[in-house]
Amino acid sequence: MKIKGTLALGAAVSALAFSTAHADTIRVGVIAPFSGPFALYGTQYQQAIETYQAQHGTSVGEHEIEFVFKDVGGPNPDQARALAQELLIREKVDYLAGFTFTPNALAVAPLIEQSQTPTVIFNAATSSINRESEFFLRTSYTLWQVSEPLADWAYDQGIRTAITTVADYGPGIDAENAFRAAFEEKGGEVMDSIRMPLSTTDFTPFLQSVRDAAPDAVFAFLPGGPPTFTYTKTYNENGLRDAGIRFLGTAETEESNLQALGDQAIGLTTAYHYSEAHDTDANREFLAALREDHPDAVANWAMVGAYDGVHLIYHMVEAAGSDGPAAVESALGLEWESPRGPLTMDPETRTVVQNVYIREVERNAETGMLENAEKGMIATVGDLGWDR
Amino acid sequence: MDLFLNIAVDGVAYGMILFMIAVGLSVTMGLMRVINLAHGGFALIGGALAHWLGREVGLPFWIAATLAIAGTVAIALPLERVLYRRIYGFGELQQVLATIGLTFLMIASVNLWQGSTLLAIDLPPALRAPVDLGFRTLPAHRLAVIALGLAVIAGLWLLLERTRFGIRLRAAVDNRATASAHGIDTGLIYMVTFALGAALAALGGIFGAELLPIDAYYPLRYMVLFLIVVAVGGMGSIAGSFAAALGLGVIETAARYLVPDLATLAFYGIVIALLAARPQGLMGRV
Repeated sequence: MKIKGTLALGAAVSALAFSTAHADTIRVGVIAPFSGPFALYGTQYQQAIETYQAQHGTSVGEHEIEFVFKDVGGPNPDQARALAQELLIREKVDYLAGFTFTPNALAVAPLIEQSQTPTVIFNAATSSINRESEFFLRTSYTLWQVSEPLADWAYDQGIRTAITTVADYGPGIDAENAFRAAFEEKGGEVMDSIRMPLSTTDFTPFLQSVRDAAPDAVFAFLPGGPPTFTYTKTYNENGLRDAGIRFLGTAETEESNLQALGDQAIGLTTAYHYSEAHDTDANREFLAALREDHPDAVANWAMVGAYDGVHLIYHMVEAAGSDGPAAVESALGLEWESPRGPLTMDPETRTVVQNVYIREVERNAETGMLENAEKGMIATVGDLGWDR
Repeated sequence: MDLFLNIAVDGVAYGMILFMIAVGLSVTMGLMRVINLAHGGFALIGGALAHWLGREVGLPFWIAATLAIAGTVAIALPLERVLYRRIYGFGELQQVLATIGLTFLMIASVNLWQGSTLLAIDLPPALRAPVDLGFRTLPAHRLAVIALGLAVIAGLWLLLERTRFGIRLRAAVDNRATASAHGIDTGLIYMVTFALGAALAALGGIFGAELLPIDAYYPLRYMVLFLIVVAVGGMGSIAGSFAAALGLGVIETAARYLVPDLATLAFYGIVIALLAARPQGLMGRV
């Protein structure tokens, strides 16, 4: 009790001291998982923010920028809403950011609408989120944005028949619809669409059926971690690769799990917006700055989404300070060079317009590590799911 | 015909992996009657050690796997002495709470040590190669797991039914006081059996990792699966667990081939129906 009292007093005093010393501090509340199975996301957001601040300082114009982190644990809309409320009312933040999971982002829409708080989504990839509030801005991607170009590209490569295998939940079904629509529009045939229960541990039956049907390619959408690991293993071991059935995916080979997949990942084809191996100066500078403080950090889409999100916040603070509507206005149409390539904040969908790259997993001859080597590029793709 | 063969082959292979990951639990929970929710934790420790010894220390798979199992036992023995010895005497709810708490500790420790990403265990090339069955191919490690599962069930049957140790264990479990009065060192018997359960958990963790890859949250991710196998098999019956694992494996695989969208529903539906009809499990003693 005594300790608690002292702590509370300390907090009160420091809050008081704080508010008088830095009257012009803009606070940004970050809602993300920092514990549990998804803690990696929170860690990566934090590392990206620290990296950006190390490069660009903690102030922009006359404004000092401070980040406040809140742990939401996992996909938990009620908790996300409660944390947003706490951040807006008690912590008096001017901006919100983070959001790994779609339901968490959706849950705060009414709040930010009311408080007119610009909210930068670092991750959650369902198109419809941004329809819920004018104050949502997204620096990650949408599932349609990467799945459609992949289908187009596959058709252009001479792939005529495909089977889709997706995990049976919202994002998986989005990916299935996007791929199917684009592939059929081109004239390709989707022979079968298999929806695999989320709890699937053994993918052999699904992949054996695919093999027996012998399409040109198999499109997959799986949550990261164990399902991707087992799926790609089964893809190799049941001879789908040897039978010439091409693997087409999106986030499956993302960097934080890539090394664990091992040699079985070599040759997997994915369409995605960021590869750690992206060959530009902007990316090399970003990686160098990141590694300075976090030598073991792995740069992936979640990290670059946060990094670009911070860039966007800095821009909005510089342009409009704590004026929410003006800040969003200033962000629309903004163009900048990100580690992943050129970005534009689309004024209509408020999701970044970006290049989508066709990559193949290779082992880097110098480092001996697996990487997503970029083989092709589909330039400036917007959120194709917006009107669907 | 091919479909039928596919279901049989994949079903048995999957069922055997279910058996391998659950057999340790059917020793500790089934035989020793301690609700050991930390079973997956021992599998996790075994898998994490095998990952570390293989990938970071650079030992060959078989040595890494052996050392990892030995390491898990080395952790399990003091835990048995200090913690489980008290847990045996608890009521059921207290056992659940104590062992789930232990599980969280194990998860947090592995998370701190190795992080929350996948901990891959590299198999030797011989186990990775596909084997031609005539009508299709099957990865060699699936065959190895089938062989290992058969060896484990045979070994356990011999140990429990045909050795003096087995007789003493069964006596100690059925009536500890009387067994003690007959001069059986029940404390030692319990410790050895618990170590056996932990070793089997680690073995299952390592060899099941091809299908159920190891990461820090492994114990929670697959806890329901372990418990289903033991519950459907029947408490106290290793053969029951074996039958349950194979049966459930074949049924779920068949459902995945025939009605992929409903596979999980079919699996749990059958589990519920089975347990409603036979609450004591397939071969459980009442």
